[in-house]
Amino acid sequence: MNRDMAAAPAAVKAVAEEHREFVSITVANQLFGIPVLQVQDVLSPQRITRIPLAPPEVAGSLNLRGRIVTAIDLRTRLRLPPQPKGQSGMSVVVDHGGELYSVMVDSVGEVLSLPAEMAERNPATLDPIWRDVSEGIYRLDKTLLIVLDVARVLDFSTRPEAA
Amino acid sequence: MDDLLSEFLTETNESLATLDLELVRLEQNPNDPALLSNIFRIVHTIKGTCGFLGLPRLEAVAHALENVLGKFRDGEMRATPAAVSLILESLDRIKMLLAQLEAKEAEPAGEDSELIGRLSQLAGGAPAPPAAPRPAAPAKAAAPAPAPKKKPEPTPAPAPTAAAAAPAKAPTPVEAKGKEPAGEAVEAKESAVAAQSIRVNVDLLENLMTMVSELVLTRNQLMQILRSQKESEFGAPLQRLSHVTTELQEGVMKTRMQPIGNAWAKLPRIVRDLSHELHKKIDLQMHGAETELDRQVLEMIKDPLTHMVRNSADHGIEMPAERAAAGKSETGTITLNAYHEGGHIIIEIADDGKGLDLERIKQKALATGLANESDLAAMTEQQIHQFIFKAGFSTAAKVTSVSGRGVGMDVVRTNIEKIGGTVEMKSYRGKGSAFVIKIPLTLAIVSALIVECAGERFAIPQISVIELVRAAANAETTVEWLNNAPVLRLRDRLLPLVSLQELLRLGKRGEQPNETFIVVAQVGTYTFGIIVDRVFDTEEIVVKPVAPILRDITMFSGNTILGDGSVIMILDPNGIAAATGEITVSESALVAEQAAAKERAREDVTSLLLFRAGFGAPKAVPLALIARLEEIDLATVEFSHDKPVVQYRGKLMPLVTIDPAYQIGKEGRQPILVFADKEHTMGLVVDEIVDIVEEHLKIEVAVDRPGLIGSAIIAGRATDLIDAGFYLTQAYRDWFGAREADEYLHEKNKRVLVVDDSPFFRNLLTPLLSVAGYEVTTVESADRALSLCEAGEDFDVIISDIEMPGMNGFEFASTVKKTPRWKDTPIVALSSHATPRDLDRGRAAGFSDYVAKFDRDALLSTLSEALSSERGAA
Repeated sequence: MNRDMAAAPAAVKAVAEEHREFVSITVANQLFGIPVLQVQDVLSPQRITRIPLAPPEVAGSLNLRGRIVTAIDLRTRLRLPPQPKGQSGMSVVVDHGGELYSVMVDSVGEVLSLPAEMAERNPATLDPIWRDVSEGIYRLDKTLLIVLDVARVLDFSTRPEAA
Repeated sequence: MDDLLSEFLTETNESLATLDLELVRLEQNPNDPALLSNIFRIVHTIKGTCGFLGLPRLEAVAHALENVLGKFRDGEMRATPAAVSLILESLDRIKMLLAQLEAKEAEPAGEDSELIGRLSQLAGGAPAPPAAPRPAAPAKAAAPAPAPKKKPEPTPAPAPTAAAAAPAKAPTPVEAKGKEPAGEAVEAKESAVAAQSIRVNVDLLENLMTMVSELVLTRNQLMQILRSQKESEFGAPLQRLSHVTTELQEGVMKTRMQPIGNAWAKLPRIVRDLSHELHKKIDLQMHGAETELDRQVLEMIKDPLTHMVRNSADHGIEMPAERAAAGKSETGTITLNAYHEGGHIIIEIADDGKGLDLERIKQKALATGLANESDLAAMTEQQIHQFIFKAGFSTAAKVTSVSGRGVGMDVVRTNIEKIGGTVEMKSYRGKGSAFVIKIPLTLAIVSALIVECAGERFAIPQISVIELVRAAANAETTVEWLNNAPVLRLRDRLLPLVSLQELLRLGKRGEQPNETFIVVAQVGTYTFGIIVDRVFDTEEIVVKPVAPILRDITMFSGNTILGDGSVIMILDPNGIAAATGEITVSESALVAEQAAAKERAREDVTSLLLFRAGFGAPKAVPLALIARLEEIDLATVEFSHDKPVVQYRGKLMPLVTIDPAYQIGKEGRQPILVFADKEHTMGLVVDEIVDIVEEHLKIEVAVDRPGLIGSAIIAGRATDLIDAGFYLTQAYRDWFGAREADEYLHEKNKRVLVVDDSPFFRNLLTPLLSVAGYEVTTVESADRALSLCEAGEDFDVIISDIEMPGMNGFEFASTVKKTPRWKDTPIVALSSHATPRDLDRGRAAGFSDYVAKFDRDALLSTLSEALSSERGAA
């Protein structure tokens, strides 16, 4: 589990109205959050079938209890280098428009309940690709958490060409 | 109970449940055209079915109701609450009649003239009359005018009877006395039919299917564990579990699949009744009733199919007298045919009637403003026919109870398109019409071939696979390369190949594997091979659509989960064909194309090599004439007698250019086409090899220039067809002239008669055979050949085409064998398709041998064989 989050308000109980819950994930040491209600499952590494001619972000598809799930490599999506060899990642399965997608990340942390006053808009200087998929920032004590907009993550068509 | 009747009851009860709901919506939203036409359609269907089942009372009520709804639909009247109440009352009457019908299998006695009277009054324009004091017949058990707002939910299989529905609805004073013993009796039996079959939500089936898949996977894992253990007490129970699981899986799969025959079951009856009613003689033929369809799909096409058959019977087939006058048999035929093709299910509905009435369609199109005169003038017949798919387009002159209310082809089309299918129509005046419904297999189970390429596995629908060929570097069948295009010689044909590895960009082609497999696939009339590394088994798969973000990859038709739990992509042969040059025809062009395609399929398609050399148009030469394609280093070109030669496979090969003025460069590499004949080879120097195309050869412009046969349109461009024979003679005459004469001396002056209707082949064969030392005479038809016979001409051997206008090759051969003069002359058949059946037929007709067109070597050797056997016999 991610050390950075030890200091984060981990209280999952009694979610006040201004609190939002996120499954925290880490990609290249950056903390992200996916709204908890969108998360269906967390998976250990799976056997993935490559899909030729698919966009580079699509790592392939896998069988999740009889359903075919499309795997998205978040590192590729965020224009990050691939994971160092020998490190296996995790996947977070999200529902988008009735279809399941498995977002491949480095590691999955705990569920965080974050109050609205910690929320922040995207800084203007954020990389356009990151800004594209970010819903906003939460200021945690020792680190910053980027809220992933799942719909944006899965939409490669309108990505900005800057890299 | 009669199957037909019970099905009718289930169906109608369901329709009525829908109607209740729709009518309530109508009251709130009285002028929604979609809603109106939907309601109208349902009532129309009920009325129609009643007519066929011989239920006059029900039909009368439905007919009157339909008239009222028709007025609403056409906007002549507005749906007022009073009118809706009357409609609901009529529906309740229908329900009551249905309940009685279910209980007694016959319509109850009594009549509905009072209700029908009020309906007609309403249709006539009067405000909805209030319910008149009702007679005390038991038939009046219905709850009249229930308050619409309290309609029950449309539960599946509602089997609503008057008595059951009544308490749930707001009681009206009239209703109280409507509670009669008859109603009670009905209530007791209400669910008799419903109990026989239940309707299950498709989602539920989907879930079941998913769970069974999971169960299968777990079973497989268990079995794997079991296999690793020598003795296990779990062995026997696991075996049993395995069997049960398999059966369960099959069972669940079956719940979704039904033979299309189920949807056809009532058609014979309908057609029989129709033919009586219309005084026509109609024969209904059904083929492929066992073709399995996804249940959901089946439901969707059931009504369209019934409509179309009805239309064929009503509009298509003529009266017996009319048919006899047109020289057809008095009995008209409606043919239904269902089969799988290229990943689709095709359903054809054809009749041999009079075809569509073009003039009537034109008039109607003008009248309804769908097109103006100039539009129509610019349209082809087939395009005009497409108007029948427009909403409200009925050409029936009078409104009959059979068809002609404008519920028709537009609904058919909408229903079919809803499930991703297409419907096409062809009609020929005086000959009949044919509808072709094409439904994708997205929902269906298919058998698929599992192949591997670059370490990845793919499924190819078995339906498009014709055969598998193993090709190895040192085996008889090897993959050859024409520039960058791989090809395979397959039974005297050159098969264009597609490398899956390249197509799907599965990494660079590394070392050529020792052996590869070719999956020969067919899409329409286009046959091609897909190169893969390995071929595994076939597996039954359920095609699942790919995720939306992958939909634009046309190479895949879906994906699925294999028995071992892995996900696999399903290749779409149509997409592959389209991506490799064979363009699928767009829908608009399709109709016009189809007639032409049929023509063309009968004629020859030739593989041509396209290349550029010198100036002018691209050039082409039949691929079969070319031995090899090579690239030579121009620095190695030497000159002998001032003519360019290269050392090639230990021999000198003369190089010929298309244009004599063309200068071969001094350095660099140059592609050449190698033509080989026995030990002689000739290289034709070209600038660039463009492509290989399969094309129907039609010489558009004959040219008088030596070296050219003429111009043809190939791959959409004007292309010069070169006369390979001419260049061969150039090389041979100049270089081997003397030896040539020696070698073929014994065959010198042998006379050959070539019978072929195609100028292209005559032009091609003449120089070829001349070079080989024959004296060649060509004629373009069998008749001409026979007149030469009568004129007293003698030949040593005759080469004849098979497909010729007028007398064909078989007839020609048997005729020749009967002539005293030519009966001993060997005849060699020349054909583009030499199947074993053709061979037998050819032999029977009197042909000595069979040679594939374009196969030079085979032709020459066959000729000399034919001649020597003749000599031997003489």
